[in-house]
Amino acid sequence: MGMTITEKILARAAGLRRVAPGDVAVVDVETACLIDLSFLPEGWRRVLKVADPSKVVIVFDHLVPAPTAQAAECMQTARAFAREFGIERLHDVGPDQGISHAVIADKAYALPGTVLVNADSHTCSAGAFNCAARGVGGPDMLYAVTTGKAWFRVGETIRYDLSGALRPGVSAKDIFLTIAGRWGAHVNQNIEYGGPGMASMSLNARRTLTTMGTELSAEFVIFEPDDTLVEYVKARNPKPFTPVMPDDDATYKERRSLDLGSIEPLVALPDAVVNNSVGVSEVAGQKIDQAFIGACCNGTLDDLAVAARVVRGRKVAAGTRFIVTPSTEAIHRAALAAGYVATLMEAGAIVTPATCGACVGGHMGVLGPNEVCITASTRNFKGRMGDPSARIYMASPATVAASALAGQIAGAGEFFQGDVS
Amino acid sequence: MRSGRVWKFGDNINTDLMLPGPFLYRSAEEQATAVFMNNRPGWVNEVEPGDTIVGGFNYGMGSSRPAARSLRNCGIGFLLAETINGLFFRNAVNYGLLACECAGVSAAFEEGDTAELDIDAWMVRNPRSGQTLDVSPVPQQLLTMMLGGGIYPVLAREGLIASP
Repeated sequence: MGMTITEKILARAAGLRRVAPGDVAVVDVETACLIDLSFLPEGWRRVLKVADPSKVVIVFDHLVPAPTAQAAECMQTARAFAREFGIERLHDVGPDQGISHAVIADKAYALPGTVLVNADSHTCSAGAFNCAARGVGGPDMLYAVTTGKAWFRVGETIRYDLSGALRPGVSAKDIFLTIAGRWGAHVNQNIEYGGPGMASMSLNARRTLTTMGTELSAEFVIFEPDDTLVEYVKARNPKPFTPVMPDDDATYKERRSLDLGSIEPLVALPDAVVNNSVGVSEVAGQKIDQAFIGACCNGTLDDLAVAARVVRGRKVAAGTRFIVTPSTEAIHRAALAAGYVATLMEAGAIVTPATCGACVGGHMGVLGPNEVCITASTRNFKGRMGDPSARIYMASPATVAASALAGQIAGAGEFFQGDVS
Repeated sequence: MRSGRVWKFGDNINTDLMLPGPFLYRSAEEQATAVFMNNRPGWVNEVEPGDTIVGGFNYGMGSSRPAARSLRNCGIGFLLAETINGLFFRNAVNYGLLACECAGVSAAFEEGDTAELDIDAWMVRNPRSGQTLDVSPVPQQLLTMMLGGGIYPVLAREGLIASP
């Protein structure tokens, strides 16, 4: 009996011929990513040994530049740790700053066919790179950094066969909202994306979809490899790698077909992401105080391009705050060069440095009591972005940008009329 | 055999409810005072050492934050849920919180019932109703860590991290 992509990567990394659902696999970790919050004094311990410093990455992302003395102290601890053990891949405040998952994508640190762990939950983001990537806890990270290993319970896999292409103005976020609305949570299950439809999705779009797999409560979320991916990685990372396709006779819990051409723009209602999606028209007219585009899932250059296109030559509604946070400073610079930043700023948006920022309710866009926000970020949980009485709707960057102009939830369809998919 | 007084929670209880964002940056002791403050204010004053949480589907969905540590620091003896989110389960292992999946557990217990858990037989019993349910066994290597105070003592013993 054959294996899925995730099973094949875990088996390879465990030095086993096969693994199957129900097994606990202890695997070699190719890439271990620590973040600023990994160094909070309540979780961090002084490390006495690092298994392989060349496999460790440190990215400051949740609170950068430091808004508090404690955040600054976390970074001091991290810099000292990197110095002590000769860890070269340290993404400090500055030009290499960004959200860890997006930095990992920019630099192609995630190698196809390997295992990656990160202290942040949205780590399955790197599944777009055919990498078995899983968010783990702080203690798991200490384990990975000191031993070079991690353990995983092997789950069953749901396979999505993608066909067709998204229509203009519809995005990967809408694919996610469709899956979350139609099939709900995937607890203890892996997700595998493949099929002819993936060719129509950019790596950024694929990464939006894999990143949001965390919100489906999935274990590993992974795409099949293709030439687009292999060329992207080879151009950025000199390490050798072997991409992994599923076996023809792989065993799936279920196979589901998804015609991308049938996807409509959706909005998740406040407080929960799964089983909570409605059509934009059902909530259109809901007044908003803030519109946010950013986080690891929606601060890509594609997302900033869409936002700029929607607001070009128009103005953000009076009384509405529109905050845009690129996922990395490299994306920020590319958006500057492409003119997207100027377009957004002329429309009245605030474009912030790259950080998790408002998505995690940390800084640069925290919500006050009873405020309403529409966000293209990762979560809409109660209290996620600030006060627990705030209501957070979640949608695509296009829908969020259109809503910022209207001062209320609004569809973006009119801005994409005449486009062909 | 372990037994505890039951507190019931529903489906999709997320990590942000157990460990609200603003408390991420506070001490573990302060974090333990904030558990469920947004959905069940005052709970931390009522919960007693050895109590049990009975949850629904996808217990602990959300972030990698150490919510399991807060439950342990609130004195929770063990947690049973229909299904447990994978990342929360990892942190239960990491921080030494006994957490098991048990199909049917939500319907079998009312708040205030006593849950009697036997992890040799992997059964849970409600002495009020007499009902027993199978509990999904936790793999031995993970159970050892859960019951042994989590992963930190293992790493310290092996000389990989400094002892606290």
